[in-house]
Amino acid sequence: MAAYILKRLISAIPVLFGITLIVFLIMAMIPGDPATAILGAYATPENVAKINKDLGLDAPLFQRYFIWLGNMLTGDFGRSFSLNRPVLDEILDRFSATLILAGISFVLCAIFGILAGVISAARQYGWADKAITFTVLIGISIPSFFLGMVMILVFAVRLRWFPVSGMYAIYGGGDLPDLLNHLVMPALALAAVATGVVARMSRSAMLEVLRQDYIRTARAKGVHERKVILGHALKSAMVTIIPVLGIQAGFVLSGAVYIEMVFQWPGIGRMLVDAILKRDILLVQGGVVFVAACYVLFNIIVDVAQSLLDPRIKS
Amino acid sequence: MIQFLKLLFRNRLAGLGAVVLTFILLLALLTPILPLPDPDITATGDRFMPPFSDGHLLGTDHLGRDLLSRLMWGTRLSLAVGAAAALIAAFIGSTIGIVAGFLSGRTDNVIMRLVDMLMAFPYILLALAIVAALGPGLINALIAVAAVNIPFFARNIRGVTVGLANKEFVDAARLSGMSNIQIILSEILPNVLPVIVIAMSTTVGWMILETAGLSFLGLGSQPPQADLGSMLGEARAALITSPHTSIVPGIMIFLIVMSINLLGDGVRDAIDPRLKSGALSRPLPATIVERKETPPVASDDLLALQDLRTEFHVGDRTYKAVGGVSLKVNKGECLGIIGESGSGKSVTALSVMGLVASPPGKIVGGAVSFQGNDLVGASYDELRALRGDRVAYIFQDPLSTLHPLYKVGDQLIEAMQAHRRMPQKEARARAIELLDSVRIPNAARRVDNYPHEMSGGMRQRVSIAMALANEPDVIIADEPTTALDVTVQAQILSLLDDLRRERDLAIVFITHDFGVVAQLCDRVAVMYAGRIVEEGPTAAILDDPQHPYTKRLMACVPELGGGKRELHAIAGLPPAVDRLPQGCAFAPRCEFAQDVCRQGEIKLEPNGDRAVRCLFPDKVSQTEVTS
Repeated sequence: MAAYILKRLISAIPVLFGITLIVFLIMAMIPGDPATAILGAYATPENVAKINKDLGLDAPLFQRYFIWLGNMLTGDFGRSFSLNRPVLDEILDRFSATLILAGISFVLCAIFGILAGVISAARQYGWADKAITFTVLIGISIPSFFLGMVMILVFAVRLRWFPVSGMYAIYGGGDLPDLLNHLVMPALALAAVATGVVARMSRSAMLEVLRQDYIRTARAKGVHERKVILGHALKSAMVTIIPVLGIQAGFVLSGAVYIEMVFQWPGIGRMLVDAILKRDILLVQGGVVFVAACYVLFNIIVDVAQSLLDPRIKS
Repeated sequence: MIQFLKLLFRNRLAGLGAVVLTFILLLALLTPILPLPDPDITATGDRFMPPFSDGHLLGTDHLGRDLLSRLMWGTRLSLAVGAAAALIAAFIGSTIGIVAGFLSGRTDNVIMRLVDMLMAFPYILLALAIVAALGPGLINALIAVAAVNIPFFARNIRGVTVGLANKEFVDAARLSGMSNIQIILSEILPNVLPVIVIAMSTTVGWMILETAGLSFLGLGSQPPQADLGSMLGEARAALITSPHTSIVPGIMIFLIVMSINLLGDGVRDAIDPRLKSGALSRPLPATIVERKETPPVASDDLLALQDLRTEFHVGDRTYKAVGGVSLKVNKGECLGIIGESGSGKSVTALSVMGLVASPPGKIVGGAVSFQGNDLVGASYDELRALRGDRVAYIFQDPLSTLHPLYKVGDQLIEAMQAHRRMPQKEARARAIELLDSVRIPNAARRVDNYPHEMSGGMRQRVSIAMALANEPDVIIADEPTTALDVTVQAQILSLLDDLRRERDLAIVFITHDFGVVAQLCDRVAVMYAGRIVEEGPTAAILDDPQHPYTKRLMACVPELGGGKRELHAIAGLPPAVDRLPQGCAFAPRCEFAQDVCRQGEIKLEPNGDRAVRCLFPDKVSQTEVTS
């Protein structure tokens, strides 16, 4: 097992380099002179020269890449000019908020998605299946940002069950119940689409597995139907479902940007949008690389989980 | 094509999607000629008018602009941008995919590595990075959304192209001197085009949603021009005071995406042929029973099938897989059921414990009497209690019949614990003992193996051990040796035979091989087209087959040392059981058939301890087999 994890970690290294390269090349597409673009009206020659020096833009392209990469490896992601603080500090602050939101959403989408899919498959064409299929269809068709706004109108404004926005109450908040209270709506809004996708895939994976010969064997042994579905069938279906969960993890992690805007959640997505609008390139670069790297690491966890489940993978 | 549209519209939800989408598309097309106010004219005095106000059907926004007009123009823009992004992504992605898949080798490797890199990004993040570089704006958002969807097309289309690139018609084109580009355009492209279209139909909804999302964040269309996303983004500030300005564009996005999803699902279902046959239905825990007449009185044999009838209902067709089969087996006895594939022997065996896949299977008549109780009428709980405990199965091909993700020991333990409480340690010891009893060497170590770590013969022994786990009264073995090579087959057969003698087991042995029957079975029943055509003691039937089908079947068995005899295949195919001929089902392939054979029901006529379903058994019995 340890050998497998090590192998996967090593194989992630070129992917991580690839990610930095792609981000760097995308940023190099910035039309015209980036310093002028950043400074806008303040583009005096002195300022331009200073920015170019700060950003290392006076060096050739490939050299710039390695300088940037080398700095990142030592933990120096540069300095955000719009916030005037180190990029990494800002990222770490903001990322924790995103991680809470996306993490809870991910857990929700995994639990409810698989549950809905299993029930749907076990009761194929029954009323539960139809109700779930219909709900899932709405769930995957409604844009998360619109869903969030509707939830604010209904549950915050009309019913007053939850606060409208933010992560903590401004006065007297800050403890766990306060956080959870603020988290309910954004987490649900973010989880909706992912839950729908997981439910769909789980349903079809379960239906596929339930037709297999080994399910008939389990039934022929006299295994109780509940155990056939939740044990034999679900275990095999998970082999298909886990990669879908991996993709959904990326979806909630990056889709959090919409929810963070709607609910004023102080996460990394909102940071990125602000940084893009302010043309704070180093902050954008750092943020994108950081989130993508987290996603790569998460995918390794998915692969390891997969190999734990399916003994045929390791060999 | 017409067939396809018919299938598509049979799906009512897909039809609904098509109608809604067509309506929205029409509105978007007609927007410029409809009598709408200019969407960009501001009137600060008329800010936030509610819906159904004078002159503003849907009200006005924060600058007093007419919401209906903005909605229509916004929809037009969103649809256009989404469709453009889909076209660009499909064009570039498919080109990359076709080139990579067709050229293969190093080019393919490099391209696909790059595509994999891009796919390592969560795509919204990548889109943000691209917009960050290009700057906010609708065209830039379009480029970003198209770009992040390119890898999806590239990977899918490459997969299809790789499959095509090795086909004979491509080789032929190459030999005829066509250049790569000519081959791609004339041979490959027409074949991948449908895949591209399907991929587009499933992603265009996402792309509309993604561009709307970027606009919502303020990174897409810039004021005063507005698509649905930026309308929603601008309205967010007034969400609580004037919710209608948010809800109107939000619902429109929802409707567009949902109708595209419905339509896309419908297209996929109409194309996937497995769904047409209903094969994706999950089998229920026990076969559905729909008996119209009262079942026969239970017999006092250990296990007796009484006029059992099992059918498959697929679409408007009825396949009579088992058409009135009566059989019995008692303690220490081995009954063989023999026939070609499709003769209904497996379905007969599965019907005993209600294991016929259902839907589409159904038991429509007769009874299965076990120790005097009718199993066909039994509840699921009664059946479950007997399954594996009193009546156990051994199936063909243990690679697919053993669960691939459980250790064989755990599968054995489960078989025991399904019927009695047993401490884990004791169950494990018993599992090892069972593996030992089917002569698996190193049983104590093998118990922790997964099925894929064992050989075919070993796996089949595990299946037998599993059937023996609860010391059943009856074992039903459905072609247990067919997937094995001959030496292993002989070992398994003698193992079963020993077990029968030691434990006084009743065995029902299903096979298509008369050699196996001769070695193992006391009695044998020959099945053809869902019915028994001949039945009796094995020796008697082997000596003197009285049904032409039996005779033919025996002529198919090679004899060791008997090199002089010719082997005879049976000409023709067994009839489809949804269109059985009148009279004898074998008549079309039978050399003895006369006109009377093709009329009316032919009975299974008892004759001493054997029975035959033939009008001319004496004639058959006296004739030598010729080709």
